[in-house]
Amino acid sequence: MGAVCAIQMAYNLQNPIVPRYLIGLGTRETMLLEFSSTIVALILAGKVGSNIASELGTMRVTEQIDALEMMGVNSACYLILPKIAAFVFFIPVLTVFSMAIGLLGGYVASFSTAGLTPHDYVVGITSFFRPFYVTYALIKSLVFAFIIASVSSYHGYYAFGGALEVGKSSTHAVVYSSIVVLMFNLILTKLLL
Amino acid sequence: MIEVKNVCKEFSDVKVLYDICAEFLPGKTNLTIGQSGSGKTVLLKCIAGLHSVTSGDILYDGRSFCAMNEKQRKEIRKEMGMVFQGGALFDSNTVEENVMFPLEMFTRMTFEERRERANECLKRVNIINANKKYPSEISGGMQKRVAIARAIALNPKYLYCDEPNSGLDPVTSIVIDNLIKDITVEYNITTIVNTHDMNSVMEIGDKIIFIYKGRKKWEGTSAEIFSSGVKELDDFVFASERMKKIREMSK
Repeated sequence: MGAVCAIQMAYNLQNPIVPRYLIGLGTRETMLLEFSSTIVALILAGKVGSNIASELGTMRVTEQIDALEMMGVNSACYLILPKIAAFVFFIPVLTVFSMAIGLLGGYVASFSTAGLTPHDYVVGITSFFRPFYVTYALIKSLVFAFIIASVSSYHGYYAFGGALEVGKSSTHAVVYSSIVVLMFNLILTKLLL
Repeated sequence: MIEVKNVCKEFSDVKVLYDICAEFLPGKTNLTIGQSGSGKTVLLKCIAGLHSVTSGDILYDGRSFCAMNEKQRKEIRKEMGMVFQGGALFDSNTVEENVMFPLEMFTRMTFEERRERANECLKRVNIINANKKYPSEISGGMQKRVAIARAIALNPKYLYCDEPNSGLDPVTSIVIDNLIKDITVEYNITTIVNTHDMNSVMEIGDKIIFIYKGRKKWEGTSAEIFSSGVKELDDFVFASERMKKIREMSK
């Protein structure tokens, strides 16, 4: 994503009045503010959300959740809470990783992009840095992680029927968690920036 | 003893059970029979507390299950074991871990003690050298036996089996049936088995309850089942044309 950002910005900012380091700066801001948290969350909604929903849905239709209830276990707490906790705990790592990879991608692209040099790019990504942008991205990612894990768990946990319903619950989990992530993206952006 | 008193169950607007009354005795294999969709599983899940009853009551040795709070229900659940229709073994756990699971939840046993008890139970159901296998790596009959081992791990007073031999061949079915019967007598458990397998009815049924469209139509022993005089039960027992002819010939 960082590489694509850098290439597209270089393509659009060909005006000699505009300093070249702005390409790196723009890439960094885009990566930190939006792509590293929101796009990663949407990708994870597809990957992790469908996984959680189909796993819980299968447990429901094969009566494994009933078996847990039968043993006096609070099945929702036992199955869902660790998933939410693990996802919320780990998503900041993925977000920071995504930021680093994105910025590195832009740097690699700067070697082969007309109108952009690696030096300009490095100057751009190291200029006017506001640490709050990283905090903002991490706050968003934490909220998104909670949304993805809880919405997907809800759809999986309350699935009933057979294989078809498990498939449907998995699809619903991805669709609804993506929509809720996008809605909260707007709300958090309005609140935090 | 488990007493079911005037139990009715509705899902939304669909009434599934109508005023069911029954007594299930300890040390006996109590069978609930009936066609698919007659309400056997719903009744068993109501008894086990997995479904709440719409009206009526369920008494465990005189204690009203419906009047219990969550803590009391959790206590009584320690005394229950259940074998689900598909086994309901946890896919991500090995056979041994599945049997150890209720021990981990309800007891303060050490890991070694839990493993020892799990192996005892697995040995009791003739599962040998499969402890480290996952449920997907063992046959359907073995899965059912592991489910029985898990159900008896806590030495339950009440054992529920929902169609324990569905999908199994007749020989394996009889093995499972005999195992349930032996465990029931050995540990003096109140066992309730849902089935529509007539082999099971004749083999292990001490007391049989016939449910038809959510209503209890008949109650008796396996010896009385052929002379019940209840048309719906006769149609269930002698379902095929050949069986009907045999019945006519025997008359």
